[in-house]
Amino acid sequence: MATNTMMRCGEFKTTYRADTTIFPTPWSRNFAILGVVLLVLAPLRIGPFEFVSDYVITLMIQIGYLGIAALGLNILVGFTGQISLGHAAFFGFGAFASAWLNNVLGIPVFFSIPLAALWTTAVGMIVGIPAGRIKGLYLAIATLASQFILEDFFARADWFTGGSAGSLAAPFSLFGHEIQGDRQYFYVVLAYMLVMYLLATNLLRSRDGRAFVAVRDHYLSAEVMGVNLTKYRILSFGISSFYAGIGGALYGHYLQYVSVEGFNILLSIQFLAMVIIGGLGSVMGALLGTIFMVLLPEVMQGLVGVLKTTEWGNIPAITDGLTWIKQASIGLAIVLFLIFEPDGLAHRWRMIKAYWKLYPFSY
Amino acid sequence: MNVELLIQLIINGLIIGTLYGVVAMCFTLIYKASQIVNFAQGEFLLIGAWVCWWLLTTFHLPFYAGFLMTLVFMMVFGILLQVLVLRPMIGEPIISVIMVTIGLSIFFQAIMNWMFGIFVQPFPRIFETRAVDIFGLNVQPAYLMSLVISVFIMAGFAWFFKYSRLGLAMRATAFDQQVAQSLGISIKRMFAMSWAISAMVSALAGVVVGVVSGVSAALSFFGIKVFPAVILGGLDSIIGAVVGGLIIGVLENVAEYVDGQWLHIGNLYTVAPFYVLIVILMIKPYGLFGTETIERV
Repeated sequence: MATNTMMRCGEFKTTYRADTTIFPTPWSRNFAILGVVLLVLAPLRIGPFEFVSDYVITLMIQIGYLGIAALGLNILVGFTGQISLGHAAFFGFGAFASAWLNNVLGIPVFFSIPLAALWTTAVGMIVGIPAGRIKGLYLAIATLASQFILEDFFARADWFTGGSAGSLAAPFSLFGHEIQGDRQYFYVVLAYMLVMYLLATNLLRSRDGRAFVAVRDHYLSAEVMGVNLTKYRILSFGISSFYAGIGGALYGHYLQYVSVEGFNILLSIQFLAMVIIGGLGSVMGALLGTIFMVLLPEVMQGLVGVLKTTEWGNIPAITDGLTWIKQASIGLAIVLFLIFEPDGLAHRWRMIKAYWKLYPFSY
Repeated sequence: MNVELLIQLIINGLIIGTLYGVVAMCFTLIYKASQIVNFAQGEFLLIGAWVCWWLLTTFHLPFYAGFLMTLVFMMVFGILLQVLVLRPMIGEPIISVIMVTIGLSIFFQAIMNWMFGIFVQPFPRIFETRAVDIFGLNVQPAYLMSLVISVFIMAGFAWFFKYSRLGLAMRATAFDQQVAQSLGISIKRMFAMSWAISAMVSALAGVVVGVVSGVSAALSFFGIKVFPAVILGGLDSIIGAVVGGLIIGVLENVAEYVDGQWLHIGNLYTVAPFYVLIVILMIKPYGLFGTETIERV
């Protein structure tokens, strides 16, 4: 067994077990564990010394909850091949549902998050029922309609969302200990993130996961082989809504306030952009895409900040148009990625890994 | 029950419905010719209206000159868009194509908002705005003009696809690309032309709406409203687009009437078409006039 050598000229799998393992090599497992350890250490503060600043922590939390929702969308779009333009609505539904369960029914936040996600799953499956009949473009338009209908529901259902006032969400607490500050909340998001990503990876190794891929690749063949199309399409909608619900609930309890605005079509498009830029049909891709989409506006902001110090800073269009610059950069990123790197960042990541695996001898 | 208001609303619905019909036709044209679902259709209206507004207000051009220049600009814009962005997407899965047009849509929306602001800007006066009295109902002449222009465009489309050489070539391309190619039709040119025509006619509709109610970012919402219309009419049917547009236009206004008179839930005007859209997709996904594709294993 060549398990302890780093240099191999390729991966030769002889069993199904080896083929479906989460970490193809011991090194990939070690790196993953190292990454988690580093993330656990990241928010620690030793005296005046801190590993990362508060600002980076907020960005990482953002990546966490958005990344969970994006992974859900990737299961739907990337693995099952169903397009959804309404993911932001489910994300918002999860946020409101968790706040409502906590405020009205008094369920502790620790339980209200998964319960809210289950509730979102039910809603997602109802919305997904048309998916049993229609596909492709028609499905895209149907989910677009459900986005507008749910958005309208948020604005109207005062009992559920608090209407235009929004609703307050209690901070996360565990065994009577209230989580305080971003640095502590980071661990909550990290724990959820690890669980959800492991669940997704495992799901895709199972029969259901393979059925999803079969539905995506050729749905007629899948049906001939005994995959129940309607069941798996709706199930995929349910799972993706579950992830959106978890992400949304984490978002709600992080900000401790959920506004009816913000879960609009633009956020749905951003989720799709995360999935596409990251790479369709890749668990890692969902994370990479989220990181990209979270950092892109920050980079734009930094760029405008730099421009302000130069002579360009006198042009009001550059200083005032930050919102539009951010939005335009998102649109441009989507178009450019689809034209020049349609397989997304995950593909690039695989190329980098393949390069370093055989370094310095490329053959 | 206020009958007069209802009739007024239905007339308004028919007028706005013809505009939906025109935009839906442009959408269908692109879909038929190049199998691309254009989520950026609303931005064509937006760009056209803003460019025309800019030419009229900044250079004080007469309306017809500014309008013609807008059309030329939109033609070049449509061709460039097709050649630079959509042509590399041929053969990609449908989700990629949809995403490209969505990306274009939010890109242009942001650029337009950045350049011209988000507030409504009125067009310079072009026509007299005294309301005209027709059968005892007050109708704004601008609305009347938009109705006439829309009907004119529709007639133009009908003539174009029935008699002109280019239109026939386009229909042939839509029918079967390989056969069309073997008959000497340049598919690439047809694709580019369909985008150019769609952009031009959409810009026309954008200018009409701009003249009637001012130019603003809200114009791009036409691109979203077009989906209920095309799905109702059938995605690949030009007549369906017109009929669907009219029905959705009337439906919106009737929904507003019902809402205002009895239900009082508000905002039904915007959401009702989407409920209808879902119902249609459930019971008749290929619309009233669309081609049904039947799959058998």
